Amino acid sequence: MKLFFQLITRELRLSLRHGADTLAALLFFFLAGMLFPLAIGPGPAELARIAPGIVWVAALLAALLPLDRLFGADFEDGALDQWLLSGLPAAAIALAKATAHWLTTGFPLLLAAAPLALMLRVRAEILPVLLGGLLPGTLALSLLGTAGAAIVLGARRGGVLLPLLVLPLAIPVLIFGTTAAAAAATHLPVRPHLLLLFAVLAVLLPLAPLAAGAALRAAAE
Amino acid sequence: MGDTEMAGHEAGQKDRMRLEARSLAAFRGERLVLEGVSFRLEAGGALLLRGANGAGKSTLLRALAGLIPLAAGTLLWEGEDALADLSQHARRLGYLGHQDAVKPALSVAENLGLAARGGDVGVALAALNLAPLADLPARFLSAGQRRRLAIARLLLARAPLWLLDEPGNGLDDASLIALGAISDRHRAAGGMVIAATHHDLPFPSASQLFLS
Repeated sequence: MKLFFQLITRELRLSLRHGADTLAALLFFFLAGMLFPLAIGPGPAELARIAPGIVWVAALLAALLPLDRLFGADFEDGALDQWLLSGLPAAAIALAKATAHWLTTGFPLLLAAAPLALMLRVRAEILPVLLGGLLPGTLALSLLGTAGAAIVLGARRGGVLLPLLVLPLAIPVLIFGTTAAAAAATHLPVRPHLLLLFAVLAVLLPLAPLAAGAALRAAAE
Repeated sequence: MGDTEMAGHEAGQKDRMRLEARSLAAFRGERLVLEGVSFRLEAGGALLLRGANGAGKSTLLRALAGLIPLAAGTLLWEGEDALADLSQHARRLGYLGHQDAVKPALSVAENLGLAARGGDVGVALAALNLAPLADLPARFLSAGQRRRLAIARLLLARAPLWLLDEPGNGLDDASLIALGAISDRHRAAGGMVIAATHHDLPFPSASQLFLS
């Protein structure tokens, strides 16, 4: 257990030293979001209607950015072997990596989502629902992404393969997240949509690390 | 480096600690590179793996570590299947791969911080003459210094079985002598060393295993 937190601490320290990676994901998130008003026009009513969807899609794409280096560096420099031989189960290593990914990518995206949403004219009363959906949403994306990153590890052109693998699996998260925001906009109950998001998270929480762990073992062979 | 603790901890197991490989076979990709590999290693023993490039030395070390599944054969630790519980097996191992697993962004001491299972980072660095570099970011290390840092990690693992893949790569003469000294201390405390190498290593009375 101590080793598990040590792994997370080490990942956080590494990402602090390589701060540009986290910053790049955040800037990408903002820029991708800002492209929409430029492309479809700044009409407040139109923007406000599709803004939650824009925030969700931008967050989804931004969360993918750091994934191909999530295990890539450790795989190339031999650190992955050391981790697999640390006595931690491979699934625990994957869970630690997913936690670190969320702390360095998902959480900053969550913080940046509010200003982006306001910029896109999301009404203030919808904001809590949007962020309340992004919390389990980004967690689920980190888990999914970790599993995807582990599976493409060692494959040629893994960086191209990764979005093709992760994006289709992220569709349920996207649907439940945006329908929650849409329900809030039309004053319908939002609870069922958020509960579904948490259900997705509850399924991924055991399954994604197990799959990622098995993939890590296979990659090390 | 906690030698006294380590010796005390292992004194009781010293007599029965033994690794035995019975006709191991392993694949590397699609190719069967190892077949019928058998050896025994007593507490305090050392085994040098010899053979041409591609003979399967690294594959054997990875198989012994449990990183590659065995295609056939059994690996016994004190008479029991060593690979039945991989996490438990991993705790018996100090593994030095042919890559150093050194993170350029972390300092020398930070690179070791995580491997420390109760070992003292300062003492491990001193044993490899790295103590003056402790606070230096690892990206400034030379290849030989990175190798020494990876070897220092072994001292912290406090594991009875060391698996070393070309441990002498890039080391100068003084560092080779230091490697011999820490290996001698490890074996005197009942530890075992298996090393794949092309060069002569200062491991006295080591047996050799030729792979073809």
